[in-house]
Amino acid sequence: MSDQTARNAAAGGPATVGDPAAGAPAIRVRTLHKSFGDLEVLRGIDLDVAPGEIVSVIGPSGSGKSTMLRCLIHLEAATRGTIEIEGQAIAREHDGRQESISESKIRHRCRRLGMVFQNFNLFPHKTALGNVIEGLIVVARMPRAEAVERGEQMLERVGLADKRDVYPAYLSGGQKQRVAIARMLAMQPDIMLFDEPTSALDPELVGEVLTVIKDLARERMTMVVVTHEMSFARELSDRVVFMDAGQIVEIAPPEKLFTDPDHPRIRTFLEKML
Amino acid sequence: MTYLLDTTTYILQGAGITLRLFALTLIFSLPLGFLGAVGKVSGRRVLTLPLGLYTSVVRGTPLLLQLFFVYYGLPLMIPALRFERFTAAALTFIINYAAYFVEIFRGGIQSIDRGQYEAARVLGMTYRQTMVRIVLPQTLKRVLPPVANEAITLVKDTALVVVLGIGEILRNSKEVVSRDFTISPFVIAGVIYLVLNYGLVWLFGRMEQRYRVYE
Ligand SMILES: Nc1ncnc2c1ncn2[C@@H]1O[C@H](COP(=O)(O)OP(=O)(O)OP(=O)(O)O)[C@@H](O)[C@H]1O
Ligand SMILES: [Mg+2]
Repeated sequence: MSDQTARNAAAGGPATVGDPAAGAPAIRVRTLHKSFGDLEVLRGIDLDVAPGEIVSVIGPSGSGKSTMLRCLIHLEAATRGTIEIEGQAIAREHDGRQESISESKIRHRCRRLGMVFQNFNLFPHKTALGNVIEGLIVVARMPRAEAVERGEQMLERVGLADKRDVYPAYLSGGQKQRVAIARMLAMQPDIMLFDEPTSALDPELVGEVLTVIKDLARERMTMVVVTHEMSFARELSDRVVFMDAGQIVEIAPPEKLFTDPDHPRIRTFLEKML
Repeated sequence: MTYLLDTTTYILQGAGITLRLFALTLIFSLPLGFLGAVGKVSGRRVLTLPLGLYTSVVRGTPLLLQLFFVYYGLPLMIPALRFERFTAAALTFIINYAAYFVEIFRGGIQSIDRGQYEAARVLGMTYRQTMVRIVLPQTLKRVLPPVANEAITLVKDTALVVVLGIGEILRNSKEVVSRDFTISPFVIAGVIYLVLNYGLVWLFGRMEQRYRVYE
């Protein structure tokens, strides 16, 4: 029996015995292709992410990092290929044909995932707390009092309990991003996707957001993080993915990829980053 | 003095009709415009095609022509569509203003950042929930200024129904002008329009103030 099962059982979570998803990777991607018109942005991506694993994605601008992340949570529909979230397909290629999966099934399966954007995308007409409880009330249909209670816990967790009634316009970039993370965590996803969560921030605000993400890493949240923060990728990830021109060039533990990559392209890229 | 008072009272009787037309137009054209805008951004051709035709025809022809068409033209084509004067006027105004509101709301909805839809989506919201909870509330704030402009134009446009012989502010003052050979009724009418519009500006100002808590 896997650790995962033991942990679920200990947490009083759903029993995974006999569950076909048990033992499945958190994310499984096969021959993922994505085109925008004539432009082929992803050209055959294969990737497995294990439960509790932290994967960083690096690579030059325009290499398709964001597009890959967006395909995983179906903000973009895959043109071709298979994507499974905890064993459940949101895209599936079978005998060279793309199966159609209903919109509501996809939305339901994607709820295992959370995503944090580069520019936060907070709801400007709602307070920090309003942002955090929105999904709980509308999607999870939680009673308001309960949602507020969880919302406050989430704000507490990202160190913003005192900002609960503040509108996003009055928050700093770092605070906005922490609210955005709290809003996503409130939905209790199993997997978090981050697309350059600190790129839009002033340098002095990067730290507070990284601290929150590092806390998640310590709790072994499954994460895929597209980042330009090489130190983050190096310290926290179990594996680092290097992408170029719509393909994964190399996947390796950080100590390998950052010091002795197989591909000269990666070395050139890393030299430029430093 | 009593003359001025009597004249004013008489013109104000017309203001009742003006206000009724104004209120009826807004009450119906705002929700219709709203629905039309939601239809237009839905991207479904069964909705966008007829809506596109509707807004371009209505916005591309004079309101005065539309008044004539509904009151004089329609019954010639279809006898069942013979309306009483005020009804014809109200119908025309509703159809006309709804077209402008469709475009204003559509612009408002489309000005909402794509990131808002994506954030809603990753929280698990459906398209409908996203529209109702996230997009439309933000749209309302953005369309408030252009809607206020339309409302002010509407107050003035109501004077057009004078051509159907409806006894609103302008027609009543014109009557007194031709009877007594004095232009003071026109001045009084002007003041009434001004006061109405001043009230509107104040009202919309208050509403915008309330929305100012964010952004
Ligand atoms: N919706 C879209 N329509 C058309 N082209 C797109 C779209 N989204 C992305 N692209 C193109 O796909 C390519 C990959 O973009 P993507 O955003 O995935 O790169 P990235 O690796 O995240 O780059 P960056 O480091 O700059 O964020 C780019 O050439 C981009 O212009
Ligand atoms: Mg990107």
